[in-house]
Amino acid sequence: MRVALFLTCVNDTLFPETGKATVRLLRRLGHDVEFPAGQTCCGQMHLNTGYRRQAVPLVTAFEETFAPYDAIVTPSASCAAMIRDWHPRLAPSSAGTAASAGRRVHELSEFLVDVLGVTDVGAYFPHRVTYHPTCHSLRTLRVGDRPLRLLGEVRGIDLRELPDADECCGFGGTFALKNSEVSAAMCADKVTAVRGTGAETLCAADNSCLAHIGGALTRTRAGVRTLHLAEILASTEQAPA
Amino acid sequence: MTGRAAREDGPGRGAMPTYLGTPSFPDAARRAVSDARLRGNLAHATTTIRARRAEAVAELDDWAELREAGRQIKDHVLEHLGHYLRLLEEKVTGAGGTVHWARDAAEADRIVADLVKATGETEVVKVKSMATQEIGLNEFLAEEGITAYETDLAELIVQLGDDRPSHLLVPAVHRNRADIRDIFLRAMEDVPAGLTDSPAELAEAARRHLRAKFLSAKVAVSGVNFAVADTGTLVVVESEGNGRMCLTLPETLISVMGIEKIVPSRRDLEVFLQLLPRSSTAERMNPYTSMWTGVHPGDGPRNFHLVLLDNGRTATLADDVGRQALRCIRCSACLNVCPVYRRAGGHAYGSPYPGPIGAILSPQMRGVGSEVDASLPFASSLCGACYEVCPVAIDIPEVLVRLRARVVEDGPRRPLERVAMAAAGWTLRSPTRLALAQRAASSARRVVARGGRIRRLPGPLGAWTETRDAPAPPSESFRAWWARTGGREEDGG
Ligand code: SF4
Repeated sequence: MRVALFLTCVNDTLFPETGKATVRLLRRLGHDVEFPAGQTCCGQMHLNTGYRRQAVPLVTAFEETFAPYDAIVTPSASCAAMIRDWHPRLAPSSAGTAASAGRRVHELSEFLVDVLGVTDVGAYFPHRVTYHPTCHSLRTLRVGDRPLRLLGEVRGIDLRELPDADECCGFGGTFALKNSEVSAAMCADKVTAVRGTGAETLCAADNSCLAHIGGALTRTRAGVRTLHLAEILASTEQAPA
Repeated sequence: MTGRAAREDGPGRGAMPTYLGTPSFPDAARRAVSDARLRGNLAHATTTIRARRAEAVAELDDWAELREAGRQIKDHVLEHLGHYLRLLEEKVTGAGGTVHWARDAAEADRIVADLVKATGETEVVKVKSMATQEIGLNEFLAEEGITAYETDLAELIVQLGDDRPSHLLVPAVHRNRADIRDIFLRAMEDVPAGLTDSPAELAEAARRHLRAKFLSAKVAVSGVNFAVADTGTLVVVESEGNGRMCLTLPETLISVMGIEKIVPSRRDLEVFLQLLPRSSTAERMNPYTSMWTGVHPGDGPRNFHLVLLDNGRTATLADDVGRQALRCIRCSACLNVCPVYRRAGGHAYGSPYPGPIGAILSPQMRGVGSEVDASLPFASSLCGACYEVCPVAIDIPEVLVRLRARVVEDGPRRPLERVAMAAAGWTLRSPTRLALAQRAASSARRVVARGGRIRRLPGPLGAWTETRDAPAPPSESFRAWWARTGGREEDGG
């Protein structure tokens, strides 16, 4: 199985540690993963901001770059949803065929649980953690409890349930700028919920949502850090996150 | 009879007269977000109903099938709308009713006002109706010297408070008991002295006030929840029984319905009379379901008029993605789960249709020319909670994304955004250019960031850092790291 990592433009540019953790984790589980250098962006930002025509070349390039691979793993539920749901509609030539990336893309927790069939990935993370299921992981991809099952097997972890977990954090891409007051109000409620759990670490499957909530956590000096799911799952006694 | 709903000269956009000149969504929402009391009222009301809806839906193990059936019936009707409208007209006329066609709000208002005037009356009682809100009927009738009395309790509160509705089902959801008491004391001419804010007293005051109207009114105006094409039967569902009074006591009944409210036959009601109450009020069955077919001597109104309203619906039907908005049965489940609606309140949507459904309906029915309509498709984080609960499976996020593209193409110009998006697109179309941009960001990090965080961003990005720190670019992008090490951390990661 030839596995490609689609890191996403946001992670590539701002959160390389998530990419490194994903590579480390998959290698530890015995699977090599390649990083096709031609990759850039899935087109989500342009599509969701109304620039559909500019999204199309990004989608086409994506489909070409990832055509040689059997599986595409991405540590972003939101981008996985974009590829699965929207790419067939934006690049109809490959739609519906096995060649369509939408059929081969897996968000990290899906890849681990469904493709590799593991929930215990041998991680160690002795901290209080609460998990926020991001909207696209929950309602578009429907990853269900896969991330929580993976986290539940991490040695030393103290998982705290997040109240009203399925409430949107208010990120929403350019929504956070265009409707910044409403976005901030949603974020404030999420921050309150996170703080109420007593967790030291907030975990999610999307760094963009984490950057939004995390930005408010540091601004309010909440003493809670954010970590992508991949980084907790990659964490070991020898190389802690 | 007036102009046909869909003519050869093409679909026209509608108008919602009372809402012209509303500010853009972010501006209106900003005010609502800072109103702690409003947010409290909204949060309280929606949290309760959400939990109850979830329970009511979970009771049915065939909910998914019902939802799919609802979607299919509505889609079928929309596909053959011309046929069903003609059939409905024929059946209603055959049963002794009169059918009128209104291309837009102004035509519908004119038709209703003329019908009322023809009876010689100057007062009408009203059943809660979205269609008459949409056309601004009460305000128009007032200009024509006709007083309309809302008989739904929440609608009465809105009317007496000289206010606008903020929820489809509970128009006064933004009001609490104390507000309602104040409104009654101020505006209800026959208000009992010493009225307190106990729910029982408030309801009793409203009941007495309305009873007098029911007994004297000769003309009633209603909306329609469902119109059965093959029998000409009209259906109104409600909770209080006041609608039933309006539909049966007066001599003349005028019903205004959007042209999409049709179901082919009576058995289709089986689906919707399950979907609607569970989704809207979390009830298994609707307390009052009134059905009537034309007129019957000695039983109910002697004159029945049906006004078929287009007002931008044909234009909406023209878009293959956007048309699914016309499946809506106005249950308001999407409002109750919407995190944006719950903070921004209903008024920010600038139409009688608030929340997610309003965000996809108004810009289609009215076009995207105005500030508020151009801003509505962006009034969402695309979290998908609305789609999940919608009983007729309207993929609201999908329609929002479609409409965003329409705003970018046809709406008010946003030159700065256009340049930014073009630049981002240009960078992202080439991995080499992206790598260069990443290197530039990495070298700028020492200038902009402290402790790995940016506390202030320039220009439009400043909206982010008002309440949130922004992540600083790393010293090296993943791409650069991979190029350097081949992904082997021991080689220097
Ligand atoms: S869009 Fe769906 S959920 Fe919202 S009011 Fe209409 S039918 Fe109900």
